[in-house]
Amino acid sequence: MSDLPGLLAPFWLTLKLAALTTLVLVVIATPFAWWLAHTRLRARALVEAVVALPLVLPPTVLGFYLLLLMSPKGWLGGLWVDITGSTLTFSFTGLLVSSALYSLPFMVQPLQGAFETLGKASLEAAAMLRAGPLDRFFTVALPLALRGYVTGIVLAFAHTMGEFGVVLMVGGNIPGATRLVSIAIYEHVETLDYAGAHLLSALLLVLSFAVLAAVFLLNRRFPGAKR
Amino acid sequence: MSAARLDLDLTLKRGALDLCVRTSLALDGITALFGPSGSGKTSLLRLVAGLEAGGAGRIAFNGAVWQESAAGTFIAPHRRGVGLVFQEARLFDHLGVEGNLRYAARRAPAGGEAPEIRWDDVIAAFDLAPLLPRRVVTLSGGERQRVAIARALLARPSLLLMDEPVSALDLARKSAILPYIAALPRRFGVPVLYVTHALDEVAHLARQMVVMGEGRIAAVGPTAGMLERLDLQPLTGRFEAGSLLEGVVEAEDRALAMLTLRLAGGHRLRLPAAGFAGTGPRPGEEVRLRVLARDVSLALAAPEGISIRNILPATVLEVAEEPGPYAELLLALAPGEGEPAAHLRARITREALGELGLAVGKPVFALIKSVSFDR
Repeated sequence: MSDLPGLLAPFWLTLKLAALTTLVLVVIATPFAWWLAHTRLRARALVEAVVALPLVLPPTVLGFYLLLLMSPKGWLGGLWVDITGSTLTFSFTGLLVSSALYSLPFMVQPLQGAFETLGKASLEAAAMLRAGPLDRFFTVALPLALRGYVTGIVLAFAHTMGEFGVVLMVGGNIPGATRLVSIAIYEHVETLDYAGAHLLSALLLVLSFAVLAAVFLLNRRFPGAKR
Repeated sequence: MSAARLDLDLTLKRGALDLCVRTSLALDGITALFGPSGSGKTSLLRLVAGLEAGGAGRIAFNGAVWQESAAGTFIAPHRRGVGLVFQEARLFDHLGVEGNLRYAARRAPAGGEAPEIRWDDVIAAFDLAPLLPRRVVTLSGGERQRVAIARALLARPSLLLMDEPVSALDLARKSAILPYIAALPRRFGVPVLYVTHALDEVAHLARQMVVMGEGRIAAVGPTAGMLERLDLQPLTGRFEAGSLLEGVVEAEDRALAMLTLRLAGGHRLRLPAAGFAGTGPRPGEEVRLRVLARDVSLALAAPEGISIRNILPATVLEVAEEPGPYAELLLALAPGEGEPAAHLRARITREALGELGLAVGKPVFALIKSVSFDR
């Protein structure tokens, strides 16, 4: 335990990744879930299936394809190199992209459910009070879908914190850039450093429990909680 | 308030509904859009609001075009300046009563043509002050609708649409809220288009009535006249058949708790004042009475020694025999000097019709067993 900051670095990196991933997902998943909740296109079922894929695929499979996609020879990785001059694979940005894809269903599905429950009724009522589309979204849809957002945010955050397979495939184990808690724990165990593994594992366990407990307690207070 | 004009030339086909409406309505006060369920009245209302996208044709309000499919014009619902009170109130659960009302008030335009509507007036008119701090989920059905109507008003609509706003309420709550609605046009100067399938609401509220059946407009006219038209019966319904009388309270007998009413035709009615529970009309005030056809009996000579207070001379105008035991008659009350004849509907058995030899033109006496007050 001589190097506590060094030992904890993967933990802070994981928190940062989970927070950023969640933020990115809120922005991306909102219009996506809105579209899924309101579209009548038949293609909707296909899109829903694609979104749900990370739920069933082994993370290594997803990681493998992401690795191909984001490597400098893949189209996304190649484009990234052209624009930024650096590679996506084995970088924090690459992890962010992967995590967002990997955790997408955990954000999209609760939001879609919330938007579907919300229905058109309240939005029509708002329109009849002269509220335009964006106004309606922010003043009516968003507050009424708050439960969906909290659920999505917690699930996406927790899921990102716990990911292992995708990270290993895409990010590797670069300290400060891609060395996340799950990787670090694995490495501690491999090198028989059980104290280090204990510290990080316990931290993760306590933090996860605290977050979930807070959410379940809060959940009772939301409008529509008795639905 | 001068009459607003709503021009409609619309078609909408969806499922079993085949809506085809072409009319120009002068909206003054409350106009009832009446018809049985499935007649397309709610769809028509939603087309006017802009909430129904599938319709084709033209909608113009006071000259402003809201929809003109041929030109690709479709004004978004929130830019039309219409208010809509839904059957199920649709209050925002996350805002509370005051929050809901402020939501509308904040979005109301400052100037413009829409009638001026002040916060304090609306709160007072709907007795909302005690409800303001409440949460929406704690309100009763009647309270919810009062808040919903007030909220719609506070957005300062130039036209207020109401979609069966009291149909989900029980009778007591319904009769408690109808006076609020009846007062809307006079108090706030906003024309109202009111969808309902309940004839008693039409009789209570509406000055003008649009009767719809199977997606078409069957008739448009003043409420009193429409309720008497026997040919509209398949749409207006038999059980509720009745007629409207308008009159002025002439005197009040406090000892016996009776009112004397002078009808538009010059006749006088004696009515129990008890039904008003002390809140009723004062002498000089105008009232509307609703007389159900089944509460009117007929006699060939003026009966004597009878408990019925109101016996009016009349003439048979129309006779409609129905399959089954009953027949319905339209009567003209003998008019006073220079005044138009008021009409009554009577529902008697066909047996009595035959025995009394009642036919068009026959003079009779109408015995009115009971009367309900509409205002």
